[in-house]
Amino acid sequence: MAEIALSARHDPEAAAATRRYFWARFLVYAVLTLFAVIYLAPLLVVVFNSLREQSDIARNGLISLPRSFRLDAWAQAWGTYCVSGTCEGMKRNFFNSLWMTIPATLISTLLGAMNGYVLSKWRFKGSEILFNLMLLGVFMPGQISLMPWAFLLGKLGLTNSTYGLVLIHVVQGISFTTLFCRNFYVSIPDDLIKAARIDGAGFWRIFRKIILPLSPPILIVTVIWQFTGIWNEYLFGVVFTSGQQQPITAALVALTAGGTTARAYDVMSAAVLIGALPPLMIYLFGGKYFVRGLTQGAIK
Amino acid sequence: MSALMIRDLHKSYGGLEILAGINLEARTGEFVALVGPSGCGKSTLLAMIAGLETVTSGEIWIGDRLVNSVQPKDRDIAMVFQSYALYPTMTVRQNITFGMESRGVPKAEQAEAVKRVAALLQIEQLLNRKPGQLSGGQRQRVAMGRALVRDPKLFLFDEPLSNLDAKLRVDMRTEIKKLHHRVGKTTVYVTHDQVEAMTLASRIAVMNQGSVQQFDTPKRIYDRPTNMFVAGFMGSPAMNFIPARLTGSTSIAVRAADGSDATLALAAPLPAGAPKDVVLGVRPEHIYRFTTDLKSRKPAVEPIQAPVELVEPTGAETLAVLRLGDLEITGRFEPDDAPIMGETITLGIDMSRACLFDPATKALL
Repeated sequence: MAEIALSARHDPEAAAATRRYFWARFLVYAVLTLFAVIYLAPLLVVVFNSLREQSDIARNGLISLPRSFRLDAWAQAWGTYCVSGTCEGMKRNFFNSLWMTIPATLISTLLGAMNGYVLSKWRFKGSEILFNLMLLGVFMPGQISLMPWAFLLGKLGLTNSTYGLVLIHVVQGISFTTLFCRNFYVSIPDDLIKAARIDGAGFWRIFRKIILPLSPPILIVTVIWQFTGIWNEYLFGVVFTSGQQQPITAALVALTAGGTTARAYDVMSAAVLIGALPPLMIYLFGGKYFVRGLTQGAIK
Repeated sequence: MSALMIRDLHKSYGGLEILAGINLEARTGEFVALVGPSGCGKSTLLAMIAGLETVTSGEIWIGDRLVNSVQPKDRDIAMVFQSYALYPTMTVRQNITFGMESRGVPKAEQAEAVKRVAALLQIEQLLNRKPGQLSGGQRQRVAMGRALVRDPKLFLFDEPLSNLDAKLRVDMRTEIKKLHHRVGKTTVYVTHDQVEAMTLASRIAVMNQGSVQQFDTPKRIYDRPTNMFVAGFMGSPAMNFIPARLTGSTSIAVRAADGSDATLALAAPLPAGAPKDVVLGVRPEHIYRFTTDLKSRKPAVEPIQAPVELVEPTGAETLAVLRLGDLEITGRFEPDDAPIMGETITLGIDMSRACLFDPATKALL
């Protein structure tokens, strides 16, 4: 009875603590909301503009709530809008990007997995030094290698081609994919490899039957990382390709720069969104695997 | 014929010597245990037998073949790892058949072998599970199954029981012993647990600092340890080491608790040239409560007074910490006949079972 009476009595300390907690929470959420709005506003403006009529944009300004709604800009941006003489929209460049990004992602991921396997499980004299040199590539800005690439692509006859860009992105990406995979494979116990060697499995069989089946978490991470990075890459695309060969990031610049007539903000907005969709989709569907793969080890 | 022969084996990493001239031999069907403290080189030695580590110098023979530069897979060995090293993405069945698959053994033969091994180890109901769904003991069984299915010349075990809890460890120890009895394969078993070595092995190699201290039967190792390291490592509680002085060719003096010297007659005369100062090694179970009756049954028992400092009953036996000079020694008593804390009793030390060591060289005299 005494306990019930005690707990029922009004406790000013506890009430004050509850109030303080409420205001602290309120402040946290208010700040978070503010930043979310700041970050989302540009995206929202672009989405709105892609759906507004050109006249609406002209009358009410670039930043304003939509008073009209139509999807024409999307169709134009995709298939019919004219950029420097050709009226094919972004379609061709979108597929250029796709045919560049998919092979470059797959090849660089596979090479990274193999490098990681060697550097973690088949160490040799100097393999740590080699790994550290490869790590250097992670910190090297792309523009440093522009001149060598120009020279090399010229020699190989791959200038102004998607194949050239695939080659560039595979090589430029190996540092990252190797780093990811090597660090993941380090957590696979060496005893597994030893057991497999005694079992008669060689280098490749161990890779295919033991390492690769353990790899999905880290392969998802590298694929997401590489796909997003390569798709969004702009510098190499704009330097080494032109016109119909350009990936979409480079073509978007041509779209905005080339206008002699009034700027078609609705079409530009739609084009920008088309260019941003694949990475966004990857993030929406694969985001959680990305975090999981980075934080979890090979063997639970 | 020897199934395994190791001659003057050396291993060093850079300037660091891990193994310093190992000589070892296992007869066909024999169970050899390599035992020693961590860092003594026993696991390195096993890895070298398996071919997972290179040989710096010396020779390893498996059967009648010099295997120094033979690949692990071609050595006709199977190995069980401390971590079990089961392939996590494969089922138990796939784990067991992986080796045969790598060697291109026909499917029907594989199925037959799996059936035989699964029955032997009673893991039939686990065949379709993944290692992650198994308990420690089950994983252990699967790991042994993977080794057994190969029917190799040589079995290698690398501390296979140290990841199990105490009860399971004892059970699996018995299982391994039964299994070895049944399949009769030559086995090399690495452990840091001297009880495992004693219970399982037909011969034990006690290792320390990269060399074999003694290689002999468990009984010889226990009764006549060749030096103070072996004597102290094998047996629990450990052998008591009591500094003593020679007082004649057949007697020694040790310091009692009150500071006076007590003279103990030796069971056998020391060899000529023995040093003046020696170390008397007595196992706890060779210390008794002295009675005239005991003396008539065991004439080699010698009396000495000692206060009882502490008594630890374990149920099956009672350990007593006794004072002798500046030393504390441990005695092992029947619970019904155990001394009481605080009393001073007359101990009977069985000198026929005692060992004498040279304190300078640590070797058995």
